[in-house]
Parts: sequence; C-alpha cells; structure tokens
Amino acid sequence: MVTIYGTRASREGLGEGLLTVAEQYPNLVAVGADTADSTTLGLFAKKYPEKFINVGIAEQNAVGIAVGLSLVGKLPVVSTYSMFLVGRCWEEIRQSVCYNYTNVKLIGTHAGITVGLDGASHQILEDIAIMRVLPNMKVIVPSDAVEAKKIIIKMLDIDGPVYVRLSREKLPVITNENDEVEIGKGKILIDGDDCGIISCGVMVYESLVACEMLKNEGISCRVVNLHTIKPIDEEIIIDTAKKCKCIVTCEEHQVNGGLGSAVAEVLSRTYPVIQEFVGIENKFGESGLPDELMRKYHLKAENIVSKVKSVIKKK
Amino acid sequence: MPPSYEELKKLCTQFRKTIIEIIYEAKSGHPGGSLSLVEILTTLYYLHLNHDPKNPYWEERDRVVLSKGHGCPALYTVLAELGYFPKEELFKLRKLGSILQGHPVRVLNSDNSNLRYVPGIEVSTGSLGYGLSIAVGMCIGFKMDNKPNKVYTICSDGEHQEGSTWEAIMFAGVKKLDNLIEILDYNKLQQETKIDESVDISPLKEKYLAFNWQVYEVDGHSIEQLDSILTQAKQFQGKPKVIIAHTVKGKGVSFMENNVDWHGKAPDEKLKQLAIKEIVEKG
Ligand SMILES: Cc1ncc(C[n+]2csc(CCOP(=O)(O)OP(=O)(O)O)c2C)c(N)n1
Repeated sequence: MVTIYGTRASREGLGEGLLTVAEQYPNLVAVGADTADSTTLGLFAKKYPEKFINVGIAEQNAVGIAVGLSLVGKLPVVSTYSMFLVGRCWEEIRQSVCYNYTNVKLIGTHAGITVGLDGASHQILEDIAIMRVLPNMKVIVPSDAVEAKKIIIKMLDIDGPVYVRLSREKLPVITNENDEVEIGKGKILIDGDDCGIISCGVMVYESLVACEMLKNEGISCRVVNLHTIKPIDEEIIIDTAKKCKCIVTCEEHQVNGGLGSAVAEVLSRTYPVIQEFVGIENKFGESGLPDELMRKYHLKAENIVSKVKSVIKKK
Repeated sequence: MPPSYEELKKLCTQFRKTIIEIIYEAKSGHPGGSLSLVEILTTLYYLHLNHDPKNPYWEERDRVVLSKGHGCPALYTVLAELGYFPKEELFKLRKLGSILQGHPVRVLNSDNSNLRYVPGIEVSTGSLGYGLSIAVGMCIGFKMDNKPNKVYTICSDGEHQEGSTWEAIMFAGVKKLDNLIEILDYNKLQQETKIDESVDISPLKEKYLAFNWQVYEVDGHSIEQLDSILTQAKQFQGKPKVIIAHTVKGKGVSFMENNVDWHGKAPDEKLKQLAIKEIVEKG
C-alpha cells in the first residue's frame, strides 16, 4: 500500500508557504488577477493587504506590473490560473520577465487535466513545454501540497524567474513534513532495477501505485520524483538509465515538450535507453471528474503499468 | 545651471545628425520614430530627469521606460552625450557584441552566467505594448516604500492599438498613480500606414480623461512647451499624467517626414549626406 497523508490541493502550498515566511522577505509583493481566493494568494492578501495588488482580469498587466516591481527591488509573486498566466502571457514572460532577467515568480494554479469540470479551456497541458523553453526560466512541478509549500518558500531565494505549476484538485499527499526538498534535485522514492519511472506532479502518486502493482508481478521499479524540470537533474536521470536500462516518464501534460521530452533530451546525448511516455497524447481534455479524466486520458497507475511492461520488453 | 533652450536646440541638431549617422552605419534601424523623439528625450534628460550619468544605478534616480523600443537610436544618442557610455559605442549599434542592441536591452547575455548591464537602459523593450505596465509596476513599488522617484514612460501612438496598453492605462487611472508620467509620441504614423487609416486611436485626450488621467497636449518639437508642461505634470498630484506630444515622424529630414517608407530602414550613402546636410542647415 502506498502511504498517503490525506488529500490536499497543491495550490494550498502557495498561500501557506508565503504566509510562513512573509516576515523574512520584507520586499515580497503578491499580484493577483481576480482569482486570489482560488489560487490561495488570498491568504497572504488578507494578512498583508498593503502588499497585495489585484489587477482585475488583466493577466498581461499583472505580469508587466510584476516586472516593474522587480526592477525597483521588490520580490513579486504573480499567481492566477496557469492557463491565463503562462498561456496568455507567454510573449510578455519571454520579453519582459526572462529577457529582462527579472526576479518575477510565476505561480500557475489549476494546471492539468485534474481541473476537471471546467473543461479543456481551463486545463493547461502545455505549460511545462512553453515555460521550460525560455532562457533563464526555472520550472518546478511539486508532487503534492506539502512539497509545494516547501518549494514556494525555497524559490523565493532563487535569483531570476521561476514558474511553479500547481493543481486545483485535492490530490493524495505523498510526502511528509520532514522530507527534504532541494530545487534542481530529483528524489528516488523507491528503488528497483527493472524499469525507471520518472514523474512529476500528481503522477508521482500514480507511479508509486503502479510500482506496487508491478512488484506484485515480480517487476521491480525505481520511482523518481523529478519536481524540478528546469534546471534538470541530469545525474539522477543518467543514474536511473544506467541502472534500469529503460525509462517511463509520467506527466499530467502533453507528451510533447514536457517532462518526458526533457528526460529524453538528457538521455539521448548521454546514455540512450528505450523510453516510454505517459501523458496526454496530443489532445485537448474535456469536462469530467478528475479521476474520470485521468482514466480516460490514460494517466492512471494501470496505464503506467502497461507502459512499463512494454518498455521492459524492448530493452 | 541647466543648459539654455538655445544650447538644447543645438544639441537636438547634433542628435538628429548622429541618429542618421548611426542608423546608416548599422545599415538598419528606425529613423522615423527616432527623429520624432529628439526634443522629448532632450528636454526630459537635460531639464527634468533626476539622474546621475556617473552613477547610473543610483537608488534615488527617476526611471525612464522607452516603451517604443525601436526609437532607441534617439535614446542611445542622448545617453552617450550625457556620458552613460562612450560615444564610440554608438557606432557599434546593432553590431555583434555591442551593448547597443537593435532594441534596448537592460542586461545583456542574459543566460544568467555572464550578465552585462547596459548603463542608462532601465528595461528591455522592443515588443510594443509592454512598457506602460512595467512603468506602472515601478510606480507601485515606489509608492509602497513612500519613495519620491518618478517614472517616465515614452509610448508611441501605435502602441495604443495594443490591448495591454489599455490594461495599464485603466489600472493607473483607478489607482491614481501620480508618480507616473507618460509622454506619448503622437506622430500619427505607424509601420505601414497612418494611424487613422488602420485602426484610429483618436480621440486620445478624451479617452485618457475618461480613464482618470491628467492630460496635457504640446508641440513635441518645442523644447519650451515640453519644459513648461513637464514642470506642471511633475507637480500635479492625484492622477497619472500623460503628455500627448504632437510630433512629426522623421522630423528634420524632409524626405523622411510623414513618410512611412522611413519607418524602418537606413538611408544609403547619398541620402545620408542629403539628410545630414538638411539637418545641419536647418539647425
Ligand atoms: C507587439 C509588436 N508588434 C509589432 C511590432 C513591429 N513594429 C515595430 S515598430 C511598429 C509600428 C511603429 O508605429 P508606432 O508604434 O506608432 O511607432 P512610431 O511611429 O513612433 O515609430 C511595428 C508594427 C513590434 N515591435 N511589436
């Protein structure tokens, strides 16, 4: 059985994280766009109203304002639904945030298909790809609410732009308060040698479940929580490839350009092994319950199990 | 002692000449929208801006955001004269390795390992419609800290076709950001047509008034008028301010004036000579 510590939304890590350390960062400013309660930025806004800016439904202005704040010495954290933050504002993020080398922190919530009922218009499945391609940008996808809080706190010390991807839905909490998290470093959660499963976000939980199922069939897997997609932890990827000789990557994102692609980019020039991709296969999502959608779009443990079996055969 | 209007007019002539020379040297660039900015930038930097070219990152300085980044040959020319960087740099405009990129860059080689900051450039721009939001962010930051710094942003008329510009205008008006002074280079032309032949932006004054801005209108080639309006705008409290500066695209070179053909190309040797001759004779 995979141990879980209840279910929570990773977006909760944002408000909680900021509140925890706000006093230590006097230059912290939060920028929201009519969604602060749902992103949880509202927690910070209520305690520090003088340090919170609500721009209304004007995401481009939110990003531009954050850039200006950063250029006069503030530490701006902008957050709204990821679709509208990094989707709508991609060019502004490229030009004004990254090219300008500012200290803007972008926190996209409600990412992925687990947004559920709102449907495909709100389910961004392309954000990892479009953010990781940007020079200077760092991209982090915490696996649960507890890890999200730690990452939110730690990213405040990073110099330069950061994108953190969070979920709306209550999802299993698999890490615990005492677990160490280091941005830029993946973590082996279970070790094994038949196949390496490298995952981020909610797919880390699914990977752990898959690993259990496979164990019962006599297949031993290594499960890596690769929360930081950029800068990527090459060492852990290469080590996993060397040990297992095959890889399955799992993400709640298009298979084109996301975590799987990032892993493949490392392996193809260092230690090529056969790789399978679990993710959304070039499709839009739709309305439905998160679990129904995960099933329909092949993101469940069972889907990981079958990819693992097929990749092992190709070793 | 601030320089006299006469001295500034002489400088403007010199700046126009340099703009043509460096665009010629670069074999590309935007002469029209640079020439329309000359008096605006000269009056701002020589008579109003709180700054110190010897200490470009001085905390107390006002900020300038050139939102219409393609007008940078004019900005570079003024900054070099003021001593932000050596004048030789001007002739490296748009060349490999130069700090003077085709569009302004605050920090070069920004792969985060070898950062080279460009003195005098506060924001990297070039994509139209982003500068006003950035200026607004700066204004909020200064207000949060009760700092007196002002933020000047220079926008084009064409940028008022971008929705992002209006997001910033609306926000600044509602929040009464009176440390914000926008100078609008209203030269009535964009890249391919006159503004009113594509999607007209008029009436600008009424629009800004409706968004709760204090509005001034001036002849953007009159240093006297710009000086007096900037003095008033700086003092006015309680609202963001826009100075609608009526200008002529390509000002000072008759064959470039009001001619979209000279939006974004360099003159050849012959036309460069002709342009410089005219600038010098008029000046
Ligand atoms: C977002 C964006 N779209 C298009 C361009 C290409 N472009 C450069 S300048 C320009 C128009 C120039 O007109 P205006 O902004 O009014 O400036 P000015 O006439 O003062 O030169 C265009 C379309 C750009 N730089 N940014």
